[in-house]
Amino acid sequence: MTRNRPGLSLLFWLVASLVTLFPIYWMFVVSARSRVELFSAPSFLIKSFFSENYLNTIHDPTYQKYMLNSIVIATSNALLVTVLALLACYALSRYKLSGKENIFFWTITNRMAPPAAFLLPLFLLYTQVFVVGDWKMFDTRIGLILLYCVFNLPFAIWTLRGVIDAIPRELDEAAFVDGASTWQVLIHVILPLARPGLAVTAILCWVFAWNEYLFAATLTSVNARTITTGLAEFVTVTGTNWGQMAATAMLTLIPAVAFLALVQKHIVAGLTFGAVKG
Amino acid sequence: MQSQTLGWLLLAPTLLILAVFGLTPFLYVLVVSFFDWNSFAADPTMRFSGLSNYRHLVFDKGFLMALWNTFKFGVFAVVSQIVLGYFLAQLFMKDFPLKGFFRTIHTLPLMIAPVAVGATWRLMTVPGLGPIPYYLNQWFGYEFLISRFAGQAFMTAVIMDIWHWTPLVTLTLLAALSSMPKEPFEQAQIDGANRYQTFWYVTLPMLKPAILSALFIRLMDAMRTVDEIWMLTGGGPGSATRFIGLYIWRIVFPKTDYGYGSAMSLITLYLTIVLCWLLYAGLVARRDLRKPE
Repeated sequence: MTRNRPGLSLLFWLVASLVTLFPIYWMFVVSARSRVELFSAPSFLIKSFFSENYLNTIHDPTYQKYMLNSIVIATSNALLVTVLALLACYALSRYKLSGKENIFFWTITNRMAPPAAFLLPLFLLYTQVFVVGDWKMFDTRIGLILLYCVFNLPFAIWTLRGVIDAIPRELDEAAFVDGASTWQVLIHVILPLARPGLAVTAILCWVFAWNEYLFAATLTSVNARTITTGLAEFVTVTGTNWGQMAATAMLTLIPAVAFLALVQKHIVAGLTFGAVKG
Repeated sequence: MQSQTLGWLLLAPTLLILAVFGLTPFLYVLVVSFFDWNSFAADPTMRFSGLSNYRHLVFDKGFLMALWNTFKFGVFAVVSQIVLGYFLAQLFMKDFPLKGFFRTIHTLPLMIAPVAVGATWRLMTVPGLGPIPYYLNQWFGYEFLISRFAGQAFMTAVIMDIWHWTPLVTLTLLAALSSMPKEPFEQAQIDGANRYQTFWYVTLPMLKPAILSALFIRLMDAMRTVDEIWMLTGGGPGSATRFIGLYIWRIVFPKTDYGYGSAMSLITLYLTIVLCWLLYAGLVARRDLRKPE
């Protein structure tokens, strides 16, 4: 193959990284400028940090609520999905269930459907069918938490299946011989061994839920709005507060980037979607 | 038998949630699509109308335009991503300092919310504020205005998608490349294959499963892109970037024409499945035809 020239690779990746980072850098530049500064000739330097854009968002009670909703929804969803996927993958991996490969495949197909096609029925279901007395599923956190399972559960099952399959059966059989219950095997044998895979899955599910916009925008109105819908609310017919929008977008970025730094080593394996297995 | 029951019990919560929130909407939309139902019409009740919603759909110019735009967008974006992603993955196979650091930077766009991606690119392309229109005009005298020129808006949407999603393709192909055995390459070298032949006859066939899965995931995602485009252009100018998801969400949805919207949703779902199936059949069948040689 070709000779390895590390210097050349380094140079290439420096340039490529600049291209990748530039849009994010520009967003930061905009978020750090006042309105007056913004509409002079574009410059790439930050002379002074205009913190008002950030403070406006942070101190706005509406955006505090959006932020809290996002955190609650993403965290509950990630935990719920990871636990359910662990149970499901354990069942798929260890039990002889008739038609389980079909079930596995059907689970996956749930992620493939275009969400726009489901907006209309979900809206109708949430406002007219999933109603108990005065309570509607529309505009509730639990509504979004459960709905996000539809795209996160397939992903989690997909990635965790390989993890659970890789844990030798002899280990749980040995525990069973010692008189452990299924529950104990799950907690004391499977859980510790699957921990890295579980962590990556949970974090990616968290990021997916945190980033979701379309369902959140359609199925909530006031109480359960998330930060991504708040971001879109800056774009109005009468004009856009670009600085504050950029600042809010930067705020939504922070947790995702922090998590990326945590899992970046494992992410390649998590994103193979079983392609390498076969 | 006891343990079978337990297995199903462990699966039950997952299946229940997916049935209620994944399968029910599908069945619901299927039923509603056969009805005339508009909650703001003179007659807001559901009336059975057979296939009339589907009949109207075939002649709906806005719908057909949205489908065609989505298809064009998907092809442009996904083909570029696969080619670019392959080259980047190959470059990541080499050894150079700070590799992990650069890979993290390259993965960064994946973690950003699509809405925020749309916002970022809008900030770069908005006239009077963004650097792209300003410098294109200053240096080349080129007028760049995505709120007026359809072609520019479309290409910006494609480039934004490439920026956002190429990392996914790179990582998928990188994982596949790193797990490949070395022997076939050594054998090819011994047999005197040149670089082009090695790529065409060794790398490509072995990489095929990974390329296929990247292709499907990306194509399905591109067909359903909504939030990014909504933030970038709002679907304009005219209908240049009004892709199918956006069309259902912004044009059909607010009209509360539920029956018609349901039919449209179903057709979209159906076309996505058919497209993927055709692609799969085409790519896999071609390989099977070549095998006997």
